[in-house]
Amino acid sequence: MSLIIKLASRNLLQDRLRFVATIIGIVFSIVLVMIQMGLFLSFERMVTTMIDHAQADLWIVPFGTKCFEDPSLLDERDRAQALAVPGVADVIPVVIGFTEWTVPSGGTTPVFIIGSTASAAGLHPWNFVKGNLGALSVAHAVAIDQTYFGRLGVTRIGDSTEIREQKAEVAAITNGIRSFTTTPYVFTSLDRAQAYMATSSNKVSYFLVHVAPNTDIGEVRQRLLANLSKVEVLTPDEFRRRSRAFWLFGTGAGAALFAGALLGAIVGTVIVAQTLYSSTKDHLSEFATLRAIGSSSMYIHKVIICQALLSAVVGFSLAAGIGLIIVKSTAETALPILMTPGLTLGLFLLTILMCVVSAVSAIVQVLRIDPALAFKQ
Amino acid sequence: MTQPVIEVVDVVRHLGKGAGQVQALKGVSLSLAGGQLTLLMGPSGSGKTTLLSVLGCMLTPTEGTVRVLGHSTAGARPGELAKLRREHIGFIFQSYRLFPTLTAIDNVRLALDVRGERGGSAIARAKAALLIVGLSHKENAFPNELSGGEQQRVAIARAIVGNPSAILADEPTGALDSENGFAVMTILAQVAKDPSRGVLVVTHDPRILPFADRIIHIEDGHILTDACLKGADPVVPRRASLALQASYAK
Repeated sequence: MSLIIKLASRNLLQDRLRFVATIIGIVFSIVLVMIQMGLFLSFERMVTTMIDHAQADLWIVPFGTKCFEDPSLLDERDRAQALAVPGVADVIPVVIGFTEWTVPSGGTTPVFIIGSTASAAGLHPWNFVKGNLGALSVAHAVAIDQTYFGRLGVTRIGDSTEIREQKAEVAAITNGIRSFTTTPYVFTSLDRAQAYMATSSNKVSYFLVHVAPNTDIGEVRQRLLANLSKVEVLTPDEFRRRSRAFWLFGTGAGAALFAGALLGAIVGTVIVAQTLYSSTKDHLSEFATLRAIGSSSMYIHKVIICQALLSAVVGFSLAAGIGLIIVKSTAETALPILMTPGLTLGLFLLTILMCVVSAVSAIVQVLRIDPALAFKQ
Repeated sequence: MTQPVIEVVDVVRHLGKGAGQVQALKGVSLSLAGGQLTLLMGPSGSGKTTLLSVLGCMLTPTEGTVRVLGHSTAGARPGELAKLRREHIGFIFQSYRLFPTLTAIDNVRLALDVRGERGGSAIARAKAALLIVGLSHKENAFPNELSGGEQQRVAIARAIVGNPSAILADEPTGALDSENGFAVMTILAQVAKDPSRGVLVVTHDPRILPFADRIIHIEDGHILTDACLKGADPVVPRRASLALQASYAK
């Protein structure tokens, strides 16, 4: 085995305090980037949760809809026109919107209503812990998520309250259907949702289109566009992209998360660069000796880069451990931090890149060493 | 006649820039032959270390020619000069220049490692070099666990492990007491017996004159005397020593 790794590791460990400072810098930086990017991924996933769980081949949305939560309305008559299009098997109306939930103990809190025909394959709650979808067909029945028990002031099946002064009774409870806006989702039937939001019964938010088997979705889409006016027809992927673009970049939230991640990476790079530079400076006479005995520049670069990589591996391992703890501790919160295999790999590569870039200043310094320095005492 | 291992011809070397520029070497010519231990002596500032640096391909001459094993270094790039150093020249420094975080054997292996020689054969060669300098029992010791003399012997092992054609030593006994200095010079004299290898020792230390096959005296960038003593009466080195001491006294 080459002595490069041994030399690099011992150079690093010779001044343990500095090594610890380097590792803290890397860990701080990577954890910061991880949190920012984990929030970004989580946010990205949460803004499309409803689209992901809706059963639709195509979405008919009001023209100019920016995201799922955009409360514009379509006319119920469009449904009949859509159903008349060849290749369309079914068209399910969905109503969404914000309204007021009366907390039984007093006061009100905003909620986000989602209404869909319980008997059809539309947009329904999932992850039931109590009750089921069938329970929503009962009058005044609503489904809520147990995450929001505190906010809504209800805790079990059968608890009742009012939504916009109309009776609502908890008929089903789900787990993990959380909203990134922190406004609780409340699922109910289509007509109840319209009533709770005081929306006319001939107005809906979206139509979920089911295409007949063995039918070209693109062709159906073109026919729908030709037959309907003031609407857009989107595939689920297009609607996801549009929602993400609005929430992540239209609002500046994504840019803020990226800026935080960039800042973390810069801080980490500067800290590692500073410590590598000072370590190299302390070992200048040894690098001069290496040059004097004829080592190539590449050999010396390898020693320095190896120091950077060892720091990266140790720093990343600790940061990943801390990351796992953060992921577990935020799993049940309104905005959990996500760690995907892709993000983990990306962070590892970022750590490597950050440390290698940090080595540049040290390498430049070593390039200037006069080998004859070894003759000086 | 055998080819010199290193040869410099009419070498001039300027140091510094502008008004502070000095001519450290003023037309120096010498050739280092194999099988000889040559002492390079002279007062401080005489150009010894500059000449050593030029011979060791660390400094390029401002004017003149340097040849290593007959090949001119003119126009060579730093990487090519480094290659010449690692393949043909071994260095010994006054302050040993051992790596404090590496064991004795790893310090010796380093000279092979930079040449890309690794694995079992490199370890075997490093052990053999340590055996030559009498330190095979301390191969796993770190420099701070060795005496000054032992550290310099490890440095000698590092210099010879690659079987270089020339060994250039800068004040190898400068930091050692008489006993250790004697031990180090004995090893260097033994190393210099190889006809394919020349040893040049820069020194101020008159105690090591008896080991010399040749003594070069440099002063103010010029070679003043160049005396070959090989085969001469053992009194000659002492005479040369007295002459040099008289020269320093002046």
